[in-house]
Amino acid sequence: MEAASVPKKKTSDRTKSEHKLAWMLCAPAVIAMLLVTAYPILYAFVLSLQRVDLRFPDEGGFVGLGNYVDVLTSSLWWQDVANTLGLTVVSVSIEFVLGMGIALLMHRAIFGRGTIRTSVLIPYGIVTVVAAFSWQFAFQPDTGFVNQLPFVADDMDWFGERFSAFAVITMAEVWKTTPFIALLLLAGLTTIDDGLYEAARVDGANAIQRFYRITLPLMKPAILVALLFRTLDAFRVFDSIFIMTRGSVDTESVSILGYNQLISRLNLGLGSAVSVLIFIAVLGIAFLFVKGFGTAVPGREED
Amino acid sequence: MLLVAFLVCGALTVGLVACGGSDDSDGGPVELSWFIFNEPSGVLPKIAEKCSDSANGEYTIKFEYLPSDADQQREQLVRRLGAEDDSIDIMGMDVIWTGEFANAGWVEEWTGADEQAATKGVFPSVAETARFEDKLWAAPIWSNTQLLWYRKDRIPKPPKTWNEMFEQAEKLGEDNLIEVQANRYEGLVVWFNAMVESAGTSIVQADDAGEVALDQAQTEKALGLMVELANGPYADSAQSTSTEDTARLAFEDGSASFMLNYPFVYPSAKDNAPEVFKQLGVAPYPRVDADRPAAPPLGGINLGVSSYSKHQEEAFDAIKCLIQPQNQIEIAKAGGLPPVQEGLYDEKQIDDVYPGFAQLIRQAIDNAAPRPVTPAYQDLSLAIQRTIHPLDSIADDEAAIQQKVEELRDNVQTALNVEGLL
Repeated sequence: MEAASVPKKKTSDRTKSEHKLAWMLCAPAVIAMLLVTAYPILYAFVLSLQRVDLRFPDEGGFVGLGNYVDVLTSSLWWQDVANTLGLTVVSVSIEFVLGMGIALLMHRAIFGRGTIRTSVLIPYGIVTVVAAFSWQFAFQPDTGFVNQLPFVADDMDWFGERFSAFAVITMAEVWKTTPFIALLLLAGLTTIDDGLYEAARVDGANAIQRFYRITLPLMKPAILVALLFRTLDAFRVFDSIFIMTRGSVDTESVSILGYNQLISRLNLGLGSAVSVLIFIAVLGIAFLFVKGFGTAVPGREED
Repeated sequence: MLLVAFLVCGALTVGLVACGGSDDSDGGPVELSWFIFNEPSGVLPKIAEKCSDSANGEYTIKFEYLPSDADQQREQLVRRLGAEDDSIDIMGMDVIWTGEFANAGWVEEWTGADEQAATKGVFPSVAETARFEDKLWAAPIWSNTQLLWYRKDRIPKPPKTWNEMFEQAEKLGEDNLIEVQANRYEGLVVWFNAMVESAGTSIVQADDAGEVALDQAQTEKALGLMVELANGPYADSAQSTSTEDTARLAFEDGSASFMLNYPFVYPSAKDNAPEVFKQLGVAPYPRVDADRPAAPPLGGINLGVSSYSKHQEEAFDAIKCLIQPQNQIEIAKAGGLPPVQEGLYDEKQIDDVYPGFAQLIRQAIDNAAPRPVTPAYQDLSLAIQRTIHPLDSIADDEAAIQQKVEELRDNVQTALNVEGLL
């Protein structure tokens, strides 16, 4: 396929055989990937075009895009998309600002670098479900410690109302994944040559100018990776919400919606349609990021 | 040894089907797997052992524990059943799973003498939870129901109706909370079903479980009381996340004067809050209408035989042993779970488990209205939860409640048709 568009170059036998070897070496990985990712995705797509419900084994059949129509015309789906996007934007923004701050601090830390970097990672190392339970217990009106703190009403029911429930969920997400962003950004920071800063300083640039003119532009690839990973992750948020509210008081995310159709209702057709739509949304987000950041995508430098 | 066995076996049994090893045909006891949640008192392994011992080597029972949360029990079971897992023999089924499991072909029907054995002397209301399309799919082993628990030192005479209870609570002023289960989970549907049944209507029609009933006037009355409670001064500030356990805790710390809950709260208060326990009163579930008996909630576990089990005959035998009256008494004594046979409530042993309120439990189970038996129960439950939770978001006025009931009827019908997202 490529040979048609690319002007023909003379390839030696040696290059050819190297290409062949490369393909053979990759083949096991490619086959494994096809089996564990392509097959389930295709199967979900096939299911999403049918009425399949484990509770009604005798009823079924091809329904075309019927399941998608059901999902897309449901106010619940759009409500959950809005919830998920809102949570994603708010939590990733906070994580980015905090993560950048922590990364700068860690980069400039004079002593105990290793210890600081390790200890910052602790929240990220905790299993999400466990972390979610800790946050839930902390904010429980009767038994949690938060309501005992000054300036907090003793009978505040955090999970009984939408805004406060989202606030706790967002805090839990931020607490848990800021270290991840901080580490990725730190990796980006360390690649910047100190000489650039010195040159800027000699030219009279102040700290803010140095940050905006040198640090940020040079960190673009690292920022892209950090934000892309976190956004995709945040869009699929499940554990925290499942543990804390189970999606009540309008805090449901699209993943919880999919779970309800697939696991609770055993309505595999409808559930697969939700899953495929989430997959498309995630692809869309990735696409937007890559377009938005232009050439900074890692792996495209050689273009 | 193995090698010898193999050689001998090979030499002797050319042309024969089975040789050695497998427990299917060599006369050794079959090992049955019983999937059920880990009942905390530990009485189930005891009765299982008793049954294994008396089975003359027919079977032994092995436990596979499910999570304690009812939704998660179901999710784990149906995932295995959906994959036709043959490692399940006996299933501890919540009373609301019958329609779903039967329609999906996951559970074996009880017929003839087995059916007789499974339902003899059992409360009709309880037996109904195990039936779907006039066939029996499981054998009830224990039941459960809710009573009204109140503070004797604050309330001289327990209320007969919900309205009376609201008045008494309002007069109390402080520590006047009424504890219910109103989180967005099955417990809310348990309460809702009890309320509409007490008001004289049902969620689905009696002759067609695929059609919504929910008579307008009666449902408005039932839902109206729930909304009045949620918006009243006697509602717990955390009512919209309340469960059986948060209700128990609020009652044990003294801030509540009323609580609708299962009998497990009795031994719990005795152990955890002796001062409260001294003042613990118990009364029948409150009525919606003063002149119509209440229809209290009905819970419990029925035992079913998996359709994918390779030892169905032994599983039926084991269940028939497990549900013996003596075992029901053991379960009540150790775990506090009410027996399913009405006659057992005349036994002194049961009276000792529920001192002074054994007859109240019997009456409650007798009057109880099971939740609808339909393969779409999960959808129905989700639809109701979504529509009425949180209760305090519904304004306590006629127009809002009327509109909510109409919405409820639409959503329940959509759920019964297994349509739309939930």
